[in-house]
Amino acid sequence: MNKKKIVENTAKLIFFISAALAIFAVCAITVYMFIKGTPALKEVGVFNLLLDGKWMPTAQNPSYGIFYIILASVVGTLSSVVIGVPIGLLTAVFLSEIAEKRMGSIVRGAVELLAAIPSVIYGLIGMMVLNPWMYKLEKAIFSGDSDHRFTGGANLLAAIIVLAIMILPTVISVSTSSLKAVPDHLRSASLALGATKIQTIFKVVIPAAKSGILTGIVLGIGRALGEAMAINMVAGGAVNIPLPFNSVRTLTTQIVSEMGYAQGLHRQVLFTVGLVLYIFIMIVNFILLKARKKGETAG
Amino acid sequence: MKKKILAVICAVSTMAFALTGCGKELNGTVTLAGSTSMEKLCEAMSERFMEDNPGITVTVEYTGSGAGLESLAAGSVDIGNSSRHLKDGEIAAGSVENVVAIDGIAVITDKNNTVSDISAENLAKVYSGEIKNWSELGGKDEAIVVIGREAGSGTRDAFEELLGVKDACAYAQELDSTGAVLAKVSSTEGAIGYVSLDVVDSSVIAVSIDGVEPTEEKILAGNYLLSRPFVMATKGDIDSQNDLVKAWFDYIKSDKGKDIIKKVGLIIPE
Repeated sequence: MNKKKIVENTAKLIFFISAALAIFAVCAITVYMFIKGTPALKEVGVFNLLLDGKWMPTAQNPSYGIFYIILASVVGTLSSVVIGVPIGLLTAVFLSEIAEKRMGSIVRGAVELLAAIPSVIYGLIGMMVLNPWMYKLEKAIFSGDSDHRFTGGANLLAAIIVLAIMILPTVISVSTSSLKAVPDHLRSASLALGATKIQTIFKVVIPAAKSGILTGIVLGIGRALGEAMAINMVAGGAVNIPLPFNSVRTLTTQIVSEMGYAQGLHRQVLFTVGLVLYIFIMIVNFILLKARKKGETAG
Repeated sequence: MKKKILAVICAVSTMAFALTGCGKELNGTVTLAGSTSMEKLCEAMSERFMEDNPGITVTVEYTGSGAGLESLAAGSVDIGNSSRHLKDGEIAAGSVENVVAIDGIAVITDKNNTVSDISAENLAKVYSGEIKNWSELGGKDEAIVVIGREAGSGTRDAFEELLGVKDACAYAQELDSTGAVLAKVSSTEGAIGYVSLDVVDSSVIAVSIDGVEPTEEKILAGNYLLSRPFVMATKGDIDSQNDLVKAWFDYIKSDKGKDIIKKVGLIIPE
């Protein structure tokens, strides 16, 4: 009897410690990022840091404006979502509504593999295949333009394409399961009222799975925002206004590429960049939480 | 008889002492401060030096050449690291220049480029964005893709300083490693980049600057623009330093030290 109790209590304690560890890690990271990230904000000034585009950390009169870097992250992420989500959603519709069993399992396998490919592979292919192709495009578009700074194909557009492919698996798998969760009687009712299959999908099934699809999109945004390796390899890495054929730097690649040798205030500013990224991710997660809650109450 | 035995024991033990304690173990600390560009050299050198001389601790601070030489003049460090020649004022303050290595930077282009010589002035214009096409330099009608390193990189720092384009460069791409620059330049038509001289291979062309090709001989002769000395300055000659500092310099000049200098991609001064 007593022995049973001990086992029970020990198990409970182990569960509690495991749970506490996760919470502790999140709290520790949050506190650390704020402690490390805020001094530079004070020293450089919030406006000079966040709303200035001039990034010259090692100049005689250093300037630490990360506005274009923030903008590049936002533009890159949103554009990749605009491209990736329709493709992902239609793939999900195909998987859950249209595909027969064999075809469906092939596509599903491919999507799962896509999710498992390490980001450095995406970067490598982007660098060796996408960049030269982009350079040809760049040369064709700007052939007569003497003001254009040629980037050799490493630009924002390449980053957006790579990100759009990288978020596909997330969008597809979350959307597929939410589409599948739509009860069959809704479909039957729609078909019985004389709607075609396509009408049923777009007017009934997708709206019913709305919150789940939204969750997939938000998760995709999180993935695109946090990606560093692949972007570092294809985006060129110079700080510029995020236009399609400009070489850009995002919040993540900013830290990756300069942490190695940075010191003093330059280093502190990189922590602030990390803090900005962290706050973005927190916002994304907050939206995710809201979307899930809404989904629960709606379903 | 007993005395004789004692004498023998004494003789043997002194011999043993002499053998084991040969060049008595040095104990203490050598302090260096200065150039951030010399970090790679100093880290590699001090690591191996401390491995071979367990009694000596070497501490290096990377505060910048000027600050390092100031610390030396103030007597707070044994050695001031500088990645430039000493100025007259610094020599007047009693600092002595000891060049331990020479850093050379090569300007590279892709294999198909026909321009093999660029004047320093034009190179500066390329990097500041004034010249945008190879045809302006006598080459093909091909856009110039200006590739460089990230802010904080020692190579970038040296390149911009030696060329006089500090903070004025308009890069098309900023990459975060030497290997990445080499790979990008070799695979991008019309690209130009800069890397440490030692990593240049057959995948790229190292161009001449003002007619001087980037070779070890030319750099040692002092004709090549993109090179700079790595100085470990001391207050007074090396001979007038304490044993620890002397041991440090002996190590740098030994074969092991030379090996390390070569390994971090630098040239050994004559």
